[in-house]
Amino acid sequence: MSLLEVENLSVTFTTPDGQVRAVQDVSFSLGEQKTLAIVGESGSGKSQTAFSIMGLLAPNGQTSGSIKFDGTEILGLPETELNAYRAAQIAMIFQDPMTSLNPYLRVSKQMAEVLMRHKGMSKTDAINDSIKMLDAVKIPDPARRVHMYPHEFSGGMRQRVMIAMALLCHPRLVIADEPTTALDVTVQAQIMDLLSDLQSDFGMSIVLITHDLGVVKGSCEETLVLYGGRVMETGPTDQMFAEPAHPYTRGLLKAVPRLGSTGAELATIPGNPPNMLRPPKGCAFSPRCGFANEQCNSAKPALEFFDAKRSRACHLTREQIA
Amino acid sequence: MTAFIIKRLLSAIPTLLILIIFSFLLMHSAPGGPFSSDRPLPPEVLANIEAKYHLDDPLPLQIWNYVVGVVTQFDFGPSFQYKDRTVNEIIGQGFPVTLTYGTISFVVAVVFGCALGMMAALKQNTWLDYLAVGISIGAQVLPNFVMAPILVLIFTLWLGWLPGGGWNGGAWPYLIMPVIALSTSFMASIARIMRSSLLEVMHSNFIRTARAKGLPSRDILFQHALKPAMLPVISYLGPTFVIMITGSVVIDLYFTTGGIGQAFVNSALNRDYSVMMGITILVGCLTIFFNLIVDILYAWIDPKIKL
Repeated sequence: MSLLEVENLSVTFTTPDGQVRAVQDVSFSLGEQKTLAIVGESGSGKSQTAFSIMGLLAPNGQTSGSIKFDGTEILGLPETELNAYRAAQIAMIFQDPMTSLNPYLRVSKQMAEVLMRHKGMSKTDAINDSIKMLDAVKIPDPARRVHMYPHEFSGGMRQRVMIAMALLCHPRLVIADEPTTALDVTVQAQIMDLLSDLQSDFGMSIVLITHDLGVVKGSCEETLVLYGGRVMETGPTDQMFAEPAHPYTRGLLKAVPRLGSTGAELATIPGNPPNMLRPPKGCAFSPRCGFANEQCNSAKPALEFFDAKRSRACHLTREQIA
Repeated sequence: MTAFIIKRLLSAIPTLLILIIFSFLLMHSAPGGPFSSDRPLPPEVLANIEAKYHLDDPLPLQIWNYVVGVVTQFDFGPSFQYKDRTVNEIIGQGFPVTLTYGTISFVVAVVFGCALGMMAALKQNTWLDYLAVGISIGAQVLPNFVMAPILVLIFTLWLGWLPGGGWNGGAWPYLIMPVIALSTSFMASIARIMRSSLLEVMHSNFIRTARAKGLPSRDILFQHALKPAMLPVISYLGPTFVIMITGSVVIDLYFTTGGIGQAFVNSALNRDYSVMMGITILVGCLTIFFNLIVDILYAWIDPKIKL
């Protein structure tokens, strides 16, 4: 049985301008100690998918479908019951370490309260454990720095604090929502290395949400490509990257800058992501797709397996888009 | 911290001097004087009186003598209106009254205002929110000069539960109506500020982090959200407290409490220069002092502020 099983997840927001269907019919599963990448542009629904798992959607968001964690349905659980899972079983690392830590409280307080709540530790024990965890994420001089405030840390160090905070209770699943987006490129690599080191030490599963395909390649077994709230393609990362089966995946991979490709202009996908208040009638990607035909513009393609492990949602055959 | 406080207290000296000079000049530039009245005094008598109070000295000399008297002897001079009373006596009699009902009103306004604002923010867009917003708008549109006669009408004339005025050494039946009349509109403002500031904090990323940590909503509110949400409230409370303990003219008039607000207005009407100056300086000192307190509280709450 998989650790995390998401089936037909849909997220709809009621806004003054109408219904926004941010996520539609998204399904995936993730085994123990595995890593899944959820890839897509801004507004593709990847963060909302993560928030649904944690029960952190904005109050105007409604969900349908099913999210099972270790066999238990956790979608739609009341806040008090979800709190038993949060941080203890499923932890989250947020996008922006600058604003995601409470600027008014010491790191010691923000970390210790997790252990005191979920493990019933005393404050002293909790702070000692926090110091050990800060050491594990390679923060120098943790015994002194644990008593500092977030603004006394650099951006990369703050993200390390966020990671340490997420790992305190040794959760079985960590959701990392663009953990490196707000950081310098050199720091990004350090943070990704740290995450995969920690994964082998602690043995947790990771859902990595990112728009950076370069990050995905080295660290994730499985990849799920989202566009306009729908799954475009899923499958093992190496196969998908070697031979993308969806025009959108192809476009994304072409847009990754490579070392040594000097002079050549960077490929882009023309157009903009769809306005989710008025999504395209057919395939969400059809307005930007170079291969789109009549059928693509009028009917949504179903997600279908074309291989034991790989699936795609496209009306065209793989030969047609090659 | 100590250095900051000393620096601020020292910088209060030039501030107060400027305050004194400006109020002095403004007062004297208005036509008339303490001894002009409907029935004009003979010029010789007026000249004698003015000489007695040194009102015929050139203005800079008057200001100089006044400041020297205040600084060296803490002497704010005699009242021009009440022959045998000094400014110190008038303030000493009125200020404790205003301080008493002002402080109680302040506490009432803060406690109920914060509670109302927090309830509204946490239950946003529910009937509790609408109720809290309704109460605070209602309290806001009822100024105390409307509130006071309504209270007297209900509790004194119709029900006969409370005395319609007087002070009686601050016995509680005499306190209730002044406190209600004074605190309601401030309570409404505090509730409004608290609501919007707590709403903003509750939508911030670090509150989402706190939720992701599985903390119960009580901890999220009291340990994570309240501190930052209090900041705008605190900056409002500093000057508000000064207004509440000094300037309740309406309360003093309606409930004949005999506070300093009434003395202030009377002194302005009667051109009682010395009393006016005395109260102005008192308000100035209190304002400077409570702004300092607000700054210290800010630094205590927000670790990014270093004093």
